Amino acid sequence: MYTQAMDLMGQEERSALEDAEKQQRFDARIDAGDFIEAKDWMPDNYRKTLLRQISQHAHSEIVGMLPEGNWITRAPTLKRKAILLAKVQDEGGHGLYLYAAAETLGTSRDQMLGALHSGKAKYSSIFNYPTLTWADVGVIGWLVDGAAIMNQVPLCRCSYAPYARAMVRICREESFHQRQGFDALYTMMTKGTDAQRTMVQDATNRWWWPSLMMFGPPDDQSPHSEQSMRWGIKRNSNDELRQKFVDACVDQAKVLGVTLPDPDLKWNEARGHWDFGAIDWSEFWRVVGGDGPCNRERLAARVKAWDDGAWVREAALAHERKRVFKEAA
Amino acid sequence: MSGTQPPSPGQGRDGEGSGSLQPPAIGSAGAEWPLWEVFVRSKAGLDHKHCGSLHAPDAKAAIQLAREVYTRRQEGTSIWVVRSEQIVASDPGDKDMYFDPMADKVYRHPTFYELPESVNHM
Repeated sequence: MYTQAMDLMGQEERSALEDAEKQQRFDARIDAGDFIEAKDWMPDNYRKTLLRQISQHAHSEIVGMLPEGNWITRAPTLKRKAILLAKVQDEGGHGLYLYAAAETLGTSRDQMLGALHSGKAKYSSIFNYPTLTWADVGVIGWLVDGAAIMNQVPLCRCSYAPYARAMVRICREESFHQRQGFDALYTMMTKGTDAQRTMVQDATNRWWWPSLMMFGPPDDQSPHSEQSMRWGIKRNSNDELRQKFVDACVDQAKVLGVTLPDPDLKWNEARGHWDFGAIDWSEFWRVVGGDGPCNRERLAARVKAWDDGAWVREAALAHERKRVFKEAA
Repeated sequence: MSGTQPPSPGQGRDGEGSGSLQPPAIGSAGAEWPLWEVFVRSKAGLDHKHCGSLHAPDAKAAIQLAREVYTRRQEGTSIWVVRSEQIVASDPGDKDMYFDPMADKVYRHPTFYELPESVNHM
């Protein structure tokens, strides 16, 4: 017994030593800017962090179909309806690329969906706000997709290759989303009625602050940021990207002819950036925590779609089983 | 990767591909639609290239879904799909041994040979 315990101790030491070596090799690869592929060794926390981030991103794409899907039947023209259909279909596609990337980390699609449906997994809290008017659809394209692009372009260089590849594909398509939104708003602002211009301003007022929150908590309150930067999962800090977004939007708002709802918005010559007012983080945490305007409605819609589709998934499998069985006979 | 684990997208297996292509039983623990790898030929004359994965109940549906998911903007003229568990992959642990840069075999490259100027465009 004694000797056996000694042997075991030796094995444990050896495997700890092996892990340390693997960890060292992994760190060196990250430092060298290498990509990590699905079958490569990776630290458990790297895997967990990626799984959380990618699945959360996938859920956001899928839940993000709901606020806009709300307007497909009520789009003002056939052209806008066709555009919106294509955009919402893209969001579904983005969710699928991302679920596939997350699955390479060893968690099944059903497990991820289970986590979403039980409320355990999060999605971007921006989609817990309602789309009250047609202008909201345009503003989502301009501001929400605009913020998403700011966040996502650096992820095309993420150290985890399957995620990076999915992001390249997504970013290529996302640019259409932002442009169609701006185009819809610009049309209303330049060729529309006073009522339409008021509607665009109202939508801008409601979406501006939640869009700024999309970049996540301030750097000094973002616990995972530093490690994610170290691992090359994250390339820029939350505040850095948020500032970049504000700077870009100020000019775009001017072209559009809308006012951004922030009295503290002021050009800072010394910084070379726009200063902006304080963000109400209590609202952010409230919505993340489940008490936004539409949290329950969004989740209920997803769960219902999943449950209602169960017979289709089962019937398709039964059909294939029958075919395989017939072929064998 | 153990034999009982379902395949993950883009990973393939270390050993031989599974012989059975039965879809999972309904109501079984893993009643997910099977996973397929998608390869797209972007235009005539080029190779099919791996572009992603998806779940589908059968081959026909896999092709149809691949078209919807991966070629919404003229990304392809032809699609291949193959069940992920049928892909056999090399082991990343063997990378150094398998894909040694062979710096000692420079004679495999045309630039190794210095020819007279008059025929050097060969």
